[in-house]
Amino acid sequence: MFIINCPYCGEREQSEFKAGGEAHIVRPKQPTELSDDEWAEYLFMRKNIKGIQFERWNHTHGCRKWFNMVRDTSNDEIKAVYKMGEKPPVD
Amino acid sequence: MTKNLRLKTGKAIDETYRISFKFNGSTYYGFKGDTLASALLANDIHLIGRSFKYHRPRGIMTAGSEEPNAIVQLHNDSSRTEPNVRATEIEIYEGLEASSQNCWPSVNFDIGGINNLLSPLLPAGFYYKTFMWPASFWEKYEYFIRRSAGLGKSPTKPDPDIYEHKYIHCDVLIIGAGISGIMAAKIAAKNGLKTLLVEEKPNLGGSTIYQNSDHFKINNQNSGSWLEKEINEIKKLKNLEIKTRTSVAAFHGYNFLLARENLTDHLPMNQRNDKTRHKLLKIRAKKVITATGSIERPMIFDNNDRPGILLSSAIKKFADYFGVACGEKNILFTNNDSAYETAISLIQKGINIEAIIDNREEVNSKLIYEVEKNNIKIFKGYTVANTFGYKRINKISIMQLSKDGQKVVGPKIILSCDCLGVSGGWTPAVHLFTQSGGKLKFREDDQVFLPNIYPSDQLSIGACNGDFTLDEILRNTPKSLIKYLKIKNTDYDNLEVSSSTNKSKRNIWLLPSDKILGKTKSFVDYQNDATAKDIKLALREGFRSIEHVKRYTTTGMGTDQGKLGNMHALGIVSETAGAKMGELGTTTFRPPYTPLTFGTIVGRNVGEYFDIFRKTPIHDWHIDHKAEFENVGQWKRAWYYPKENENMHDAVQRESKAAREGAGILDASTLGKIDIQGTDASEFLNRIYTNAWSKLAVGKCRYGLMLNEDGMVYDDGVTTRLDENHYIMTTTTGGAANVMGKLEDYLQTEWPELDVYLTSVTDHFATVSVCGPNSKKIVSQVIPDLDLSDENFPHMSFKNAKIGNINCRVMRISFTGEHSYEINIQANYGKSVWEKCMEAGKDYNITPYGTETMHLLRAEKGFIIVGQDTDATMTPIDLQMDWIVSKKKYDFIGKRSLYRSDTIKENRKQLVGLLTDDPNEVLEEGAQIVADINKSPIEMLGHVTSSYYSPNLKKSIALGVVRGGKNMMGQKLIIPMEKKNINVIVADPVFLDKENKRLNA
Ligand SMILES: [Zn+2]
Repeated sequence: MFIINCPYCGEREQSEFKAGGEAHIVRPKQPTELSDDEWAEYLFMRKNIKGIQFERWNHTHGCRKWFNMVRDTSNDEIKAVYKMGEKPPVD
Repeated sequence: MTKNLRLKTGKAIDETYRISFKFNGSTYYGFKGDTLASALLANDIHLIGRSFKYHRPRGIMTAGSEEPNAIVQLHNDSSRTEPNVRATEIEIYEGLEASSQNCWPSVNFDIGGINNLLSPLLPAGFYYKTFMWPASFWEKYEYFIRRSAGLGKSPTKPDPDIYEHKYIHCDVLIIGAGISGIMAAKIAAKNGLKTLLVEEKPNLGGSTIYQNSDHFKINNQNSGSWLEKEINEIKKLKNLEIKTRTSVAAFHGYNFLLARENLTDHLPMNQRNDKTRHKLLKIRAKKVITATGSIERPMIFDNNDRPGILLSSAIKKFADYFGVACGEKNILFTNNDSAYETAISLIQKGINIEAIIDNREEVNSKLIYEVEKNNIKIFKGYTVANTFGYKRINKISIMQLSKDGQKVVGPKIILSCDCLGVSGGWTPAVHLFTQSGGKLKFREDDQVFLPNIYPSDQLSIGACNGDFTLDEILRNTPKSLIKYLKIKNTDYDNLEVSSSTNKSKRNIWLLPSDKILGKTKSFVDYQNDATAKDIKLALREGFRSIEHVKRYTTTGMGTDQGKLGNMHALGIVSETAGAKMGELGTTTFRPPYTPLTFGTIVGRNVGEYFDIFRKTPIHDWHIDHKAEFENVGQWKRAWYYPKENENMHDAVQRESKAAREGAGILDASTLGKIDIQGTDASEFLNRIYTNAWSKLAVGKCRYGLMLNEDGMVYDDGVTTRLDENHYIMTTTTGGAANVMGKLEDYLQTEWPELDVYLTSVTDHFATVSVCGPNSKKIVSQVIPDLDLSDENFPHMSFKNAKIGNINCRVMRISFTGEHSYEINIQANYGKSVWEKCMEAGKDYNITPYGTETMHLLRAEKGFIIVGQDTDATMTPIDLQMDWIVSKKKYDFIGKRSLYRSDTIKENRKQLVGLLTDDPNEVLEEGAQIVADINKSPIEMLGHVTSSYYSPNLKKSIALGVVRGGKNMMGQKLIIPMEKKNINVIVADPVFLDKENKRLNA
């Protein structure tokens, strides 16, 4: 059970949040221009890394805001949280 | 006749308070303070149960939660009986009834004992190898295995006890109230930290509290007396909360821990009424200090499992703490100094010691000199080679160890005894540390695993961190706390300590004997009957990973998780395979540390509190009118309203007819409602629905279908344009929260530039839906000022109105295919509006109907229910709803997926109507649909999704999904059922009023 530092609310229990999969996958602006393979790449292909992973989380039982998280999946250490639209931290 | 082995001086025993209890039907007596184990030992009872595989007689081995053998069934009644209770942990109370488990018919005569004679035929992996082949024989084996295996009996009636959950937040949690835990608690609390100290035993002080020897002194007092004063002091500290009988079950990441506080298990039954039995504490601690101590190791030699063989430290505790002698002819067997501490305690109490067998050759130790002064024979450099006695040990054979410890040499000496105390050194209790994700390191000196890398803000101190002697603990604990808590000093910085223990140890994982290994029974895991031989066999058969060896031999897989023998299993694997201990790793310890009852885990969430449920504002009316309810998500929805003697079918047929012939009324309050506002609201709807929204006029309603990005139908519902930049969307009852989440997701992450605001208003409105040919007349009486003429208020439109002076929204929309109105009003007026409609409808046979009738009526019209007629594999095209997919819009969620190579296939499963040849034959929902019954294997084309007998059409109707069904109109298909094959014809899914005359009437 993590403690997650919501960028809008501060530290809260993990049970208030929902994980939303890999971060920084942008919905294509012109889907109709894409081939089946290109569309499938956007639709289905996700990373599942042991180590540093960029993820989306939603504070469902709090402010309802989506935000991004950098998490080490090998030990669940949360390296950073940042708002949607913000650039991911470099280190 | 049983003997009385009670001594006069037990630290924890109140001899003025006698307690009677029953074990295997006979009555015995003990004292307040006794555990079941100590009370039985005082009555000279060692034999408690039978082992799991070989049904060997087994006795009490330990004095704590690590006990593998002395597990009993507690209580006789069918609601409270509890299996796998450790006799060493349960405190006796007046009326306690316990019995042996894993034996049949009795512990003294056990049929399964024959397995012991057959044991050469029952090696490791035996169950896997034999009983799994041929598979068809499993049923036969299972009967015998289950009958003789017996892991105790579970209760058959509901648990009558009360359990609770409680959250605790603290600065520092300290686990274990032995000497180091007590010191840590004082230091933390005195430095202003909110501190919680938990201890699994009823009393504080661990093993030091009953230490009464001149060999262990702190500031010139016996260590036990010194600690007692410290305990009295910390009890006064305001910042410190102390919980005894509280065992930590799980140590999760981010310092989240679960502990069970046991509140009543030690009380007489008549004092437990209405009290909470266990509390599950959910602890979030800023810092965790683990002071869980260590567990004494047994030693692995032939027949090391007989009743009367105990850990040496347990014998000491039974004597010092409970005032009980475990035997009259005691022998101690050791590879380190600990057994001499036991010997000194026994000498002090006048308990006879026959001899001490020590693996070590020559050791310079004050403890040994003292024992020798008492004329006790010590066999140095010897090992126990074998033991004898079936239900109780009666003699042992000992032999000298070779220099390398690999063989026995010289003559065999036989010694008689009735109790053998064993000490193989100590294993730090790192279970909780590893549960938390901590990584261990191996210390070669004394062959122990110690905490190395902490995964969270935590610290291990005392014996669980490898400090086994008193001076190490007292020297290191304050030092590491100063560093960890960032403080300047502690009360303990200048203690004078004297401790006589010599740390030398001669560690031999598997002791040699004069027999070949194959002929020995040297148990490594007592509870699961895994022997050294089994582990070697596993290695011979090619298993290398310790996790595989564990599963193959079942070592460490009992309810005790192998707390005693896991280290030896590792040791034997490493010796045999020539691998280093530190590189082998350990098996994973998983929560709970000791078993929890289900009651503790679920707490108050039982019966009607099992899950949250939601009621509509009209719920009480449904109850008053005898509605049956169905669960839809968390909602309780009125299902149907049976009149006297009506069954569900009768009620639904009546309700369905009334709704089409007179008037029906439905509580639709559960439908999800999302308020959408903003200058880009129309554009937003364009992107999330398949159809176009920009041209929807204010005051109009439109049905919308929402897809996932993969093109599959996700939700549906009617959305109304209340104003230029203001919509109200309805969703399915079950999908409301998910739709809201999905919409927020797109708004926040993909289209933050859109000016749109979403608010869930499901709970804010009650929705009363009135349908049927008389609905207009009824609504006009309830809202007389509203112009209901078709010109001014046509189908799919909306009006603001007032009932009295209360605002409401009225939509003319329909899910039944009838002329119908939905009145949305502030939730607290819902019931009164419902009653007004009932009153107004009296003359028109207004009939309340539930979800079942609603489903039937919409099926007559061929309207889908998302989640019933669809699963996550249906596109709108599959549903034959091409009309709702805009061809003009450049993009909407899921659009691109509608022409992926898979979604454009002709033979996808498609929604069709199904009519049975026999109009009275109603299909079963979920039934498979085939075309050719003679083909083998039969090709499954699809399944029935909705099926009813329609009272309005006077025939059976059904919807189903069929592969390529769109092009099968009029074709015959077969529904093969258990007893017959039912012929159906593929039909248009709209069975009634295809022209929508009734809607617009
Ligand atoms: Zn938040």
